[in-house]
Amino acid sequence: MPNLSTEKQPMPMQPAVVRRGNFEEVELGYTAEQAAEEAARCLNCKAKPCVAGCPVGVEIPRFIEKLSEGDLKGAYDVIAESSSLPAVCGRVCPQESQCEMQCVRGKKGEPVAIGRLERYVADWHNAQTETTAAKPAASGKKVAVIGAGPAGLACAGDLARAGHAVTIYESLHLAGGVLSYGIPEFRLPKRIVAKEVSELEQLGVEIHTNSVIGKLRSVEELLDTFDAVFISTGAGLPNFMGIPGEMLLGVYSANEFLTRINLMKAYLPDAATPLNPVHKVAVVGGGNVAMDAARCALRMGAEEVSIVYRRSMEEMPARKEEVHHAEEEGIRFATLINPTEILGDEEGRVRGLRCIRMTLGEPDASGRRRPIEQPGSEFDLEVDTVIMAIGTSPNPLIKNTTPSLEVNRRGCFVVDEQMHTSKDAVWAGGDAVTGAATVISAMGAGKTAAAAINEYLANNN
Amino acid sequence: MNLIKQKRELNAVTTMLTLEAPEVAAKALPGQFVIVRSGELGERIPLTIADYDRVAGTISIIFQKVGASTMALGALQEGEMLTDLAGPLGTPTELEGYRKVAVVGGGVGCAIAYPQAKFLHAEGADVTLIAGFRTKEIVILEDEMRRASTTLRLATDDGSYGEHGFVTNILKDCIDSGSAFDAVIAIGPVPMMRAVAELTRPYGIKTIVSLNPIMIDGTGMCGGCRVTVGGQVKFACVDGPDFDGHEVDFAELAHRNANFKAREGHARDAACRLLNQQ
Repeated sequence: MPNLSTEKQPMPMQPAVVRRGNFEEVELGYTAEQAAEEAARCLNCKAKPCVAGCPVGVEIPRFIEKLSEGDLKGAYDVIAESSSLPAVCGRVCPQESQCEMQCVRGKKGEPVAIGRLERYVADWHNAQTETTAAKPAASGKKVAVIGAGPAGLACAGDLARAGHAVTIYESLHLAGGVLSYGIPEFRLPKRIVAKEVSELEQLGVEIHTNSVIGKLRSVEELLDTFDAVFISTGAGLPNFMGIPGEMLLGVYSANEFLTRINLMKAYLPDAATPLNPVHKVAVVGGGNVAMDAARCALRMGAEEVSIVYRRSMEEMPARKEEVHHAEEEGIRFATLINPTEILGDEEGRVRGLRCIRMTLGEPDASGRRRPIEQPGSEFDLEVDTVIMAIGTSPNPLIKNTTPSLEVNRRGCFVVDEQMHTSKDAVWAGGDAVTGAATVISAMGAGKTAAAAINEYLANNN
Repeated sequence: MNLIKQKRELNAVTTMLTLEAPEVAAKALPGQFVIVRSGELGERIPLTIADYDRVAGTISIIFQKVGASTMALGALQEGEMLTDLAGPLGTPTELEGYRKVAVVGGGVGCAIAYPQAKFLHAEGADVTLIAGFRTKEIVILEDEMRRASTTLRLATDDGSYGEHGFVTNILKDCIDSGSAFDAVIAIGPVPMMRAVAELTRPYGIKTIVSLNPIMIDGTGMCGGCRVTVGGQVKFACVDGPDFDGHEVDFAELAHRNANFKAREGHARDAACRLLNQQ
């Protein structure tokens, strides 16, 4: 009997007043009863538009059906056919613009909570002690993957399942890419990333951390020992605004602020990596990274945190849910405002942010209404910390050391539909190709590339 | 994880570790550095590759025990493992084509000046190595530096060993007595590099300095190490660490390096107490 409720089963959550003081996960996950209730909202429709909305094509109605039958292992196996990191995706995917946007239940009321159900199944799987993955028969082929972020991990998983010997080279001391250094613990507990990475290792994927490709070995040198290479180095180079005062003490890129907190655990008393006390914080930008930085600043003890964004709430690129969580926690939103200068005290520390008010003009090339400065509307915000979250670009390390790889004017690798680069036997995907995008689109690119590499290796015996 | 093959105490506060790192040793060039981390809650700190042996597959790092993390590093023993080591990072120093060079090292900066001098000397350049220390007790690498140079001029600020005076006095003396240097390479504390750059500016001698800003990842993803060079913002970990000394904003660098001073002081005191107990 389908559950005809027009609303999703609500997600149990830490109350805002409690969670703003800790780094523990905000959303607590469904109970078995809640998952069963929600699963019963799926109509198991023939057209299954949700599947087409998923960048990696998870067979959504099929896993929900297994879940409804109480077959959690079966449900997990269905998801695992398509996704390497379900516990991650169930948490951080923008489902509202992907699978859930296509759900027929969403036409009258809320769509089925696909992300929450995926998370429920993956968390159940991760809580089981026995390991399921059996190593497939070896193909004798070797593939190198550069970068252990979502694209690289997804690609490596599919290649390993095809029997190829996969080595991932990761520059940091921990695998995960943005899942480890960017997305905070309270949205994505690091033990979940570690667990999903260890599943890949059980499949036979070797992960070499502390390995900076471009310095240690070039792409050409990798091709001496590997049959194919996949580049998934992301877009980790932070942008700054180029306004006066950006070298003052108390100005961070969001990457630096988040890396200190998430990767280096600056929020733990015993961690050696320092972060100065923050009191009044301005985060410049309106994306998910800005929300993460703002919510981290709050948890690091800031009394006042403001998002400073040059367009209005409507144009904000962050997920609605994240904006909502931030608002509940007490983050202020200063919209239609742009910084023009960071002000310093006599000790060279940040004391304020000079801003100008904006109005919105006609849509620009990005399709969003263009912000225009309102002359004479300058004012100062009193802050001691400024975090720049205005986007990132691809790191030029690989491009600079492998000139034969074609890049566009933004420094992104140029690829065809199969993610093949201008260089023989070299594929690329994720943010390194698109510029900063989402975890799941990077995973989708990793899967597309893996399929192309599998085909190439099968035809090149 | 990298095996510590050898540990040498160069003086009371300076330690040299030789680490097993064959892939890094195969690629390292003078001017490059590594990021190291000791312990699971340790921080990532940058240290220059002071020496490398491609055959033995080892690299050496030299550090002064100035704070909690270098003390933790200094507490490691031969046969133990270093938690993390990533490198070689940064752009190698451009050392091609010089015939006559002054390499100036200040204090523990001599550990960085030494591989530069060694490389240039092996390439057949005439190398004047000017090494300055505060006092006799902290002199390091004297024999190594002598072998890596045509002329070694070692000085102490207090005159307790070698010549009496600052490296800038000796450099000025060399220039004024007719040494026509193609380039000066200066590595040491920020005030010393700044003084060398100011000295060579009126002579128009190309001056390369190796900057030491605060770093985290060391691969260009955070901008913590940003410096202003010739009015442009650069990331020292990828664009440097070497820059034209006449273009660097040294005052800003010194200021930014003091950012976490309060926190670092507490951490150092805690580390001292901990190490004294053991």
